[in-house]
Amino acid sequence: MSSTHDTTHDEAFSSPDPAMESPEPGVEEHYPDEWQYIKVALILFLITMAEVGIYYTSGARRAVITLMVFMMIAKFALVALYFMHLRFDSKLFRRLFVTGIILAVAVYLIALSSLHVWQH
Amino acid sequence: MAVTEEVKTPDSTPEEALAHPVTSTGLSNEKIAMWAFLGSECLLFGALISTYLLYRGRSVVGPFPHDVYDIPYTSVSSFVLLMSSLTMVLALAAMQRKDQRRMRVWLLTTALLGATFIGGQVYEFTVFYRAGLSLHENLFGSSFFVLTGFHGAHVTIGILMLLSLYTMSAKGRLAENRVETVELIGLYWHFVDVVWIVIFTMVYLVPGVK
Amino acid sequence: MAAVATFDRPAPRRLFRRPTHPTGLWDWFTTIDHKKIGLLYLGTAFVFFVVGGLEALVIRLQLGGPNGHVVDANTYNQIFTMHGTTMIFLVVMPLSAGLANYLVPLMIGARDVAFPRLNAFGYWVFVIGGLFMYSSFLFGHAPNGGWFGYAPNTEKAFNPAHNIDFWVFGLQILGIASLTGAINLIVTIINMRAPGMSLMRMPIFVWMTFIAQFLLLFAIPVITVALFELMFDRLFGANFFNIQAGADPLLWQHLFWIFGHPEVYILILPAMGVVSEVLPVFTRRPLFGYPVMVFSGIAIAFMGWGVWAHHMFATGLGPVAKSAFALSTMFIAVPTGVKIFNWMATMAGGKIRVKAPFLFAVGFVTMFTIGGLSGVTHAIVPADTQQTDTYYIVAHFHYVLFGGSIFGLFAGAYYWWPKFTGKMLSDRLGKWHFWLMLIGFNLTFGPFHILGLQGMPRRIYRYPSGRGWDFWNLMATVGSFIIAFSVLLFIINAVKSRKGANVAEDPWDARTLEWSIPNPPPEYNFAEVPIVTARDEVWHRKYGEDEQGRPVPRSVPDVPSEPARLEVSGNGERELDVEEQPEEEVREPTAHDLHIHMPTPSYYPLLAAIGLPIIAYGLMYKAWYVAVIGALVTLASVYGWALEPSTEPEEPEEIAEAGPAPEPEPQAELEPAPESAAEPAPTGS
Repeated sequence: MSSTHDTTHDEAFSSPDPAMESPEPGVEEHYPDEWQYIKVALILFLITMAEVGIYYTSGARRAVITLMVFMMIAKFALVALYFMHLRFDSKLFRRLFVTGIILAVAVYLIALSSLHVWQH
Repeated sequence: MAVTEEVKTPDSTPEEALAHPVTSTGLSNEKIAMWAFLGSECLLFGALISTYLLYRGRSVVGPFPHDVYDIPYTSVSSFVLLMSSLTMVLALAAMQRKDQRRMRVWLLTTALLGATFIGGQVYEFTVFYRAGLSLHENLFGSSFFVLTGFHGAHVTIGILMLLSLYTMSAKGRLAENRVETVELIGLYWHFVDVVWIVIFTMVYLVPGVK
Repeated sequence: MAAVATFDRPAPRRLFRRPTHPTGLWDWFTTIDHKKIGLLYLGTAFVFFVVGGLEALVIRLQLGGPNGHVVDANTYNQIFTMHGTTMIFLVVMPLSAGLANYLVPLMIGARDVAFPRLNAFGYWVFVIGGLFMYSSFLFGHAPNGGWFGYAPNTEKAFNPAHNIDFWVFGLQILGIASLTGAINLIVTIINMRAPGMSLMRMPIFVWMTFIAQFLLLFAIPVITVALFELMFDRLFGANFFNIQAGADPLLWQHLFWIFGHPEVYILILPAMGVVSEVLPVFTRRPLFGYPVMVFSGIAIAFMGWGVWAHHMFATGLGPVAKSAFALSTMFIAVPTGVKIFNWMATMAGGKIRVKAPFLFAVGFVTMFTIGGLSGVTHAIVPADTQQTDTYYIVAHFHYVLFGGSIFGLFAGAYYWWPKFTGKMLSDRLGKWHFWLMLIGFNLTFGPFHILGLQGMPRRIYRYPSGRGWDFWNLMATVGSFIIAFSVLLFIINAVKSRKGANVAEDPWDARTLEWSIPNPPPEYNFAEVPIVTARDEVWHRKYGEDEQGRPVPRSVPDVPSEPARLEVSGNGERELDVEEQPEEEVREPTAHDLHIHMPTPSYYPLLAAIGLPIIAYGLMYKAWYVAVIGALVTLASVYGWALEPSTEPEEPEEIAEAGPAPEPEPQAELEPAPESAAEPAPTGS
């Protein structure tokens, strides 16, 4: 907790961080091509089919629900990472979005638990 | 002191300034704003979904979910929305290749798929309503209709944006370099799809597992 | 990179011409300048502060003695509800927003916020939302369910008239303002910092504001849902809070407090930021432990999401939930306490100048500490079971919100007054204001601790005699009038200051970038975008350090030189033309002189905002066509807004017309003020 007198004058120009940059236009070259998007869509379709499929099975309730939730997460992730380009873009966007998701899940899980929703 | 070459005067012509605004991160303001907004929407839909989950099984009178849900029907509806995400990202890809004609095709398809989804929702709601489920009937009705209604409203706004973009492009009023506009509307659209992915599982499927 | 950007922007069709150099009232209605918007926020919020204060005086008159009959129960419920709602949503939040709007771009070296029109929209939505909520008094049905609006009490069955509808719709409208403001500031701070302004060089006020915006971003949607659910219940007969239909009586409380607890950190963090700016300037020391201050702010924000149910300890949560929330509540005291210690360490051994801003900042530290201590006692569940719903709680939150936020914001007012207005507030009057406010405040709220522990419940409109509550209630009422008088002194001070002398740009010998530009700043803020090489950049330009770390004035200010950037095509000329003007015409260069293109004013933000209360009235009175009209107004405005460019290219006629463009403020032509006439620029105690 020492008193901080910032003397790193060179920092600003030796590290790229606060440099003023223009938006990178070349980044689209890293994006998937159309066939890859179609492949992702196909996987989404298959997962959905699987989800509906196990809905009609008579497996153990907990197992079925767990599987469904995982499949839901997989679809969510595929759309977010590939269609929304989170995989290819700056990490800042991922952080903004994931913070919202994690906060929502945590806060509402706690609230639902406090409201005894699991004893049902 | 070494100076990075990229430092530009922030006060060039308005056109230059708008095309290449100087930023601390190299990212566009609008894109950061959109992602921040989507992060906040997670809290919105999370609350609505949580309300639904809280009230699952607590309705005093029917109809109950198993009385009215038609899972095959809703699966088709979900599939339609999922495919609309594909067509949306294809529209973006077309715009990135400067093929506005192709982009318009995909945009229109996306809007149509979205409208089909909404139509499917409207039909589904009508069926439920005729079976006796309404906002004020029971907890299930309140939480279900408000949640899916909010989602449907978001989809509808998305369709309006898609059609506006389509119209602008068709009239030649969308400059080639406005790729980001398409991207931002796409992000919104994918988010709306992603919310439905959660709703389909948590609201329709999970509660119905025996 | 595309060699040539095809910038095809055919002029959008519009009914009314877009303002380019508006003057007078029209200027204020269409401004998108963050500084003007900041002033609008501050001025409007201060008016609401006076209104909320008057409501407090009514409360105190009613409760000054036993069996009060100043107001009946129904009126009392409206008064105390509006007092709380006003102070939180219409005073502290917009005061913080006003300071943030004005200062954040200046402190990070930017010319404006990321989305200037969205900024204006936020202000208009705030004003209109506040007016909408207060219009309820005209209908005789002001909100009456407490600022927290607990359902099912606020359901139609128990509250049939429109009181709660005004509250629900009013808060929804205000929530839009907060959310858009949060997005705007977040993007601004992430993306518009001057070269060299890394995150860890930003002033703490910027950091605390930044953190508070994230809290807003994620907390507003939660109350939005709670309010929508209540609205659906009241308007359309839904069952979210209908116990007979099986609803959970705690759903409202959970949703509300998931918002409500982060909300209190939203209320305090900016004021903490102000204190962290003021104390270093008036002790001539850098803030002690800058990184720790940043991280403790982040820790408070993060942990603040995990404590909300401490507002619900008496609702039958069960031992597991109560223990968990009790622990998290105790833990959150740690980062808060760390900040207190750091402020004290900043002051210790510093060359203290006892001016009004310093006094208010110290007032914050001491009063907030007291409030924090009572807060820690609430964390202990059995103790809280005694304290909850009594005046002990009322004491706690007034110590942190008034003793904390309000004192901190007044520190900011005195400190930044010269920057905003070019004049100083009288320090003598300021000290009278401080001491009277401190005494009045402690006389009002100190006794509440006692009254609470003596069992006086909160939210009651009167109490019987013979309880032993009479004396301290009387003292509290006396105290409240002392507070009111002290606020009057501030108003007098503000009005008087207009006749004062102009002051030069850095009257306090301060540390941060806003003090490197004229008072008040020109439209474009910085003639040249500043290059930042250190934290407390302006201090560093003025002072070096000797071997003992003491400041040593530089003979030549160390202003970082501009990088060679004139190779950019287009208009390369960046020098000020001022030297070439004849001596008599020393006026501040305009944006046009400096070839700086500022965003263009717009009437769309105001228009879009106007649609919102129309929707609300329509829905509330079930006049659906009215609601549709409101929605169309907003929708059309949003379209117009989206289709117009943020900066209109200048037409040749406009450039000729503008010529020696009249600055909106006549004070713009000030020279560095004759310093002898102003409050002396401090040179050390």
